[in-house]
Amino acid sequence: MAVPDTVAARPGATPSPPTGKTPRRPRRPDAGYWLYLLPGAVMFLLVIGGPLIYTGYLSLTRWSGVGDPSFIGLDNYRTLLTDDVFWTSFRNTIAMIVAMVVLPTLIGLVLAAVLFDTIGRRFRPRTAAALRAAFYLPQVLPVVVAGIVWGWILRPDGALNGLFDAIGLGALSHDWLGDPGTALPVVMAVMIWVQLGYPVVVFMAALERVDPELYEAAEIDGAGWWRRFRAITLPQIRPETFVVGLTCTIAAMKVFGPIYALTRGGPENATNVPSYFAYFTFFKRLNVGYGSAISMVLTLIIVVVAVLFIRAQNRAERRDGGL
Amino acid sequence: MAVTLTPPRAGGRTRRVPDRHHRGVTRWIVLALVTVAALVMLVPFAFMLLNAFKSPGDYSNNGPLSWPTEFYTTGLRTYWEQVDFPVKLWNSILISGSVAVLAVVVSLLSAYALGIGRVRGRLWIIGLFLLANMLPQEALIYPLYHFAKEAGLYNTRLAVIIIFTVIQAAFGTYLLASVLSTFPRTLLEAAALDGAGKWRILWRVVLPNVRPTISVLLVFFFIWTWNEFLIPLVMLIDNQTQTVPVALASLQGDRLMDAPTTNAGALLSLLPAILFFLVFQRTLARGITAGADK
Repeated sequence: MAVPDTVAARPGATPSPPTGKTPRRPRRPDAGYWLYLLPGAVMFLLVIGGPLIYTGYLSLTRWSGVGDPSFIGLDNYRTLLTDDVFWTSFRNTIAMIVAMVVLPTLIGLVLAAVLFDTIGRRFRPRTAAALRAAFYLPQVLPVVVAGIVWGWILRPDGALNGLFDAIGLGALSHDWLGDPGTALPVVMAVMIWVQLGYPVVVFMAALERVDPELYEAAEIDGAGWWRRFRAITLPQIRPETFVVGLTCTIAAMKVFGPIYALTRGGPENATNVPSYFAYFTFFKRLNVGYGSAISMVLTLIIVVVAVLFIRAQNRAERRDGGL
Repeated sequence: MAVTLTPPRAGGRTRRVPDRHHRGVTRWIVLALVTVAALVMLVPFAFMLLNAFKSPGDYSNNGPLSWPTEFYTTGLRTYWEQVDFPVKLWNSILISGSVAVLAVVVSLLSAYALGIGRVRGRLWIIGLFLLANMLPQEALIYPLYHFAKEAGLYNTRLAVIIIFTVIQAAFGTYLLASVLSTFPRTLLEAAALDGAGKWRILWRVVLPNVRPTISVLLVFFFIWTWNEFLIPLVMLIDNQTQTVPVALASLQGDRLMDAPTTNAGALLSLLPAILFFLVFQRTLARGITAGADK
């Protein structure tokens, strides 16, 4: 190379001074580039940084949105600790993680492996692609639309009860979303329906990366489906599993649209989630300070979970690299 | 979308891996099971189609499962007029389209500084952008709502465009910066030797090389913004400014809408998404893979 690769030689982000290896360029190699960062940084501060800090401040105040906020220290957080609705909403977050992460990922893993390994290779690939499209379709529509359609299906005069009537099981008819006992499981089922396509598509794309000879060799050695799944499929698509796990977990903790469209947190808070609880506290109860405290707790939990996920992923990658 | 069950033709038997007899039946059972599961996924769409073309009287007399007695389109028309659907459609297109373009431009500029310029502390900056994209929007919404009111931007599409430009650009910066950090240095140096400045290199050398990633980002930003709900719900209260999902949800809120109109509205609201999906299927598939590959 005629020109020394000085920029690439710079070790990552460590702000080490230019070493003796680059005597011909006393100027810092990144000079001038920060200008390009300016528009993004300014907008970031205005729309994300500033508001986030302001919400943090508001969480320490009592404020209805008009007049001046009055500073009350940690009172909102103290109240949160004894607020049953708050605890219910966080318990429901765990239900949402089961419905939006755990079950779709597990079912999606098996479905993707079956579609790829059994159907894609023993029938025409088009068959697998068509089936994949059917699973992915719910991911395409705005989640609020999904909420509206399911809300109607689950209404007392909706399609589900109609279906039960038609097959002579009219006794099972039920106000699915109106009964605190069934509302949460039903919302969870809807979320599985919404989410399932995402892992299926990601995992199938990941499997295309895998060398088919691995599978063929394993098959010739007499490995059954389950052994191939465990020994080849699972390890090969681990990076994607992390990505799916992280993105879906964060989506589950933030879920708002489906809850708004299906139940508005009801009945009796049976399906309330932190996002909806915060929205309701801000704009219906006009208790901005308290809503801010809810949002800050949710933010903190999401950041912690994200950091833990990313660290676990890095550890796993390092372990793989060491082998 | 119909799932076509392709009958296996003779070609299927000439595969490299010969079927062992015990698997011959199993694979058919597996296919049947997966097909049934896929059909179950489609049932809500079938219900919606069936009931979007029913009259309210037909629905209340014959229930949700019967075939429509007539091809009734008044429900669709009612919804179309009641919510002023063309306006909502235009609002959604305008907001999502502007966000997609602006967010890509901002992402490219930031990622140029981070991925190619490698400015100081870039790992921290990229991490910050990534976290910004993960934040719950509730943590921003009240100040944004408050500031928008003070600035006279409340209930304007511009406010929503600015907010989502930043939120999407946060993700775009993260993705593009990691793509650009592996950009071939020799190309940049060759251009620099030819006397090209940073600005010229960005548009003439870098941009043409990352065009595939950019097109993926455009499609994703458009769809994500189209489907967003909380911030448009809070910011856009007017019939003239609302987006398609907000219009559908706020109409459902009053509980006065009859079932066929609900279905007609849902059908109209998901058609643009499905059309977009069909047109950009390949880009989307590529994007999902790109996102997963890191």
